[in-house]
Amino acid sequence: MITLILIFFPLLSALALFPVKGKNIKILALAFSIIEFILCLVAAFQFENNAMPQFMVDVPWIVSLGINFKAGIDGISMLLLLLTTFLVPLIILSSFQNEYKNPKLFYALILFMQSGLMGVFTALDGFLFYIFWEMALIPIYFICLLWGGQERIRITFKFFIYTLLGSLLMLVALTYLYLQTPGKHTFDLLAFYSLHLDRTTQGWIFWALFIAFAVKMPVFPFHTWQPDTYTDAPPQGTMLLSGIMLKMGIYGLVRLLMPIAPLGLQDWGYIAIILSIIGIVYASCIAFVQKDVKRLIAYSSIAHVGLISAGVLTFTLQGLQGGMLQMFSHGVNVVGLFFIIDIIQKRTNTRTITDLGGIRLSAPLLASFFMVIMLGSIGLPLTNGFIGEFLLFTGIFQYNPIFAAISGLTIILGAVYMLKAYQNTMLGEKNRITAIFPDLVLSEKLVLIPIVIMIFWFGIYPKPFLQMTEPTIKNLITIIGK
Amino acid sequence: MNALIILSVIGFIALLSEIFNFRKFLSAVVLTGIAIAFIANACEWNTAISYYHRMMVFDNYAVAFTGVILLVAFLWFILSPGFFKEETSRSDHFTLILFSLAGAVVMISYANMTMLFLGIEILSIPMYVLAGSKKSDLRSNEAAVKYFLLGAFATCFLLFGIALIYGATGSFDLAEIRGIGYRVTGTPSISLYPISSIPLFYGGVIMMMVGLAFKISAVPFHFWTPDVYDGSPDVITAFMATIVKTAAFAAFFRLFFTSFTAIIPNWSIILWVMAILTIITGNLTAVFQHGLKRMLAYSSIAHAGYMLLALIAMNNLSQSSLLLYTASYSIATIAAFAVMIIVINKKGNDDFDSFRGLAKNNPFVALVMCIAMFSLAGIPPTAGFFAKYFIFSAAMQSHHIGLVIIAVAGSLVGVYYYFRVVIAMFQGEEEALEKIMLEPSYKFLLFITSLIIIILGLFPSLLINLLH
Repeated sequence: MITLILIFFPLLSALALFPVKGKNIKILALAFSIIEFILCLVAAFQFENNAMPQFMVDVPWIVSLGINFKAGIDGISMLLLLLTTFLVPLIILSSFQNEYKNPKLFYALILFMQSGLMGVFTALDGFLFYIFWEMALIPIYFICLLWGGQERIRITFKFFIYTLLGSLLMLVALTYLYLQTPGKHTFDLLAFYSLHLDRTTQGWIFWALFIAFAVKMPVFPFHTWQPDTYTDAPPQGTMLLSGIMLKMGIYGLVRLLMPIAPLGLQDWGYIAIILSIIGIVYASCIAFVQKDVKRLIAYSSIAHVGLISAGVLTFTLQGLQGGMLQMFSHGVNVVGLFFIIDIIQKRTNTRTITDLGGIRLSAPLLASFFMVIMLGSIGLPLTNGFIGEFLLFTGIFQYNPIFAAISGLTIILGAVYMLKAYQNTMLGEKNRITAIFPDLVLSEKLVLIPIVIMIFWFGIYPKPFLQMTEPTIKNLITIIGK
Repeated sequence: MNALIILSVIGFIALLSEIFNFRKFLSAVVLTGIAIAFIANACEWNTAISYYHRMMVFDNYAVAFTGVILLVAFLWFILSPGFFKEETSRSDHFTLILFSLAGAVVMISYANMTMLFLGIEILSIPMYVLAGSKKSDLRSNEAAVKYFLLGAFATCFLLFGIALIYGATGSFDLAEIRGIGYRVTGTPSISLYPISSIPLFYGGVIMMMVGLAFKISAVPFHFWTPDVYDGSPDVITAFMATIVKTAAFAAFFRLFFTSFTAIIPNWSIILWVMAILTIITGNLTAVFQHGLKRMLAYSSIAHAGYMLLALIAMNNLSQSSLLLYTASYSIATIAAFAVMIIVINKKGNDDFDSFRGLAKNNPFVALVMCIAMFSLAGIPPTAGFFAKYFIFSAAMQSHHIGLVIIAVAGSLVGVYYYFRVVIAMFQGEEEALEKIMLEPSYKFLLFITSLIIIILGLFPSLLINLLH
């Protein structure tokens, strides 16, 4: 029951926004998203740390095709639900200083998208997964199309075609699997897990699904839509894309790809890992020369997600656990970073690094928040990035020490470009553009404080979260080990 | 049968209205009549009664497709009050449309090839007239002549095919033709036909296929479509793209599914080639169009290609997936035409540029157009997605994987041109046009079509289970 509420409450609240008149839309949307977060916390407290999916819903939906509305929450789902419900209120709150035209539609689309995301992270039926996957795509497409920057038409279209191509590949793969299920065909993921296809077929399935998810994350060489889209989307759109949506890709790896095509993973996993690692180095190098801060963070996001995907694909306990943790941390950090960039842009009308400088002198509070989040993003010990990256490296090291060494570059390169960005924007002398720079206002503090709390909580005491995902991941490893 | 009788009766009432002078109420009479026909038709569910010595049979297949046709016709009449207002010959138009609908019902429910021929003619002849009903417009006249000449040509093929089949089997009856192939073993086989008649049979099947391929505008028999669709009055184009297409597909499918199962491999390979050509040609030419109407014309060719997949698959999913496809395609097309007519009334043409700023001007219309375009493009959660999905999985079940891959690639191209409209609507804020005001009937139409699209998108089982 609680699963259904979690999926459909945002959808209903999106609809509830339309009849509302006046200026209360923002507050109402925020209230709805906070209620959703509280609901998710309730679920999290009732959640028992074992491997089985809980709060199951299983109703027939399209009987003739064996499609059920089957959803449940296991450890991995729970973590991502918490991430989604935690970030959406912050993303909505982060828009309080922006005046968007047609705010009703804007907030309704955010909530609509949340509904799709909640569905993706709980679905236990392949077809349902696909439907929610697309449901999450459509709102973000419109958010980018309607509130994006100058080049939005071309860029969002590229983004849409890319992701749709990926989804169609996934759909073809899922349908193929469906036709392989014995007896009366079904889309149930458990049935997919126990198919035991032969090696060649699994190779095909592996690539179809991997490309679908790689586009979403994005992993090199499927990343070309990402920097443009992140740069041109409205700040909230960028936060949704980077904070939550890319996690769909990684989640897909764990939920679908690995258990369905373990032999494919054995045969081809190393190529996928190499691609991820190329992405890390490549994106870090490009980030280094970016002039636009938002673009810099966009590339850094490719690097981070490459590391997560490499770690997860090694299929070791540490790699998977690190991946889970890092998904959460990356979501929190990247939303914080994009928000700080939005604040800077609103006050100075520029994002070019060389134009900025000396902001710390007039806005020390902003500079401190930026510092903490940036350190979290670099992965300094005691911040959230450290634990995840450490586990990921352990996982990759077990798989292949050379890979670990190369992907270890991400720490150095990350520190280089992030510190450079920080230095050039926050430190130094004030110039004409940054001469007047008001410090944070209340609503901005309210966004950044929870993020900083999370950064330290994860950095110092990640145990509850690790415990949450551990049984599920161990179970996953035994399923595939068979 | 009820539907056929009621449709013919209101057709006659429409004719009489000229004499007894109640033209004003004709619209209401027709709409009520179609609603009654819909209900009366639904009452025949699960009866499968055959009429006139097995000339027609109203099995569930016929009832379901007739239901779709009547629903779409009802929506179509709400769409086109303008068509019946401007012209002097209002009652003639009503009559022609109603008789054409009666022809469509015959095409769906025939059990004998003579009825197939009659149905096609009853449907087509009014359409030839209506295509040219903008009398002063040169292009409308051109459309009528083209449609008539090519349509008549196609009917010749069909008739020739019927004659050859009759020569081979000695029967017009669908079940009997099928029965000959099954007589001994119970499994279909061509070898059971008399040897001398086998070439005749093959020839007949191919001739009929050509004739019907004209009607559904499958490549390479599609050349009339863009010009006729473009030249005809907008609402007539909507009628052709939805009701005529549905009826033609229902007829095509019934004929081949019932009678020609003995030689499936022989004709399905031809259809296979035809489907691929249709999908590729339709999609690629639609990309280069600048007006919505012409784009819809070419994309309707592409949709015919997807629907051919149901015929090629020939398994137990085919019927129901074709039903869902025709329904969702027709309803989305009606919605798209409604929006197009609104835009044409405002801006004077249907270029994509005319759609700029529509989202600002009237968000409701833009939303409906989005839903319609999403459905035609096949994006969940709309009816079009499930329609495509079912039809593709039917083909996949029959191991036509290559065909499905081409169809999926074609749909991806489709996304491109359908989204051009969507994107155009959300562009261009500079134009401060006066607001588009909608008549209540149009509001109702737009609302109901988008509602049906969404409901079928969430619960496709409503239609799929009917014929399963």
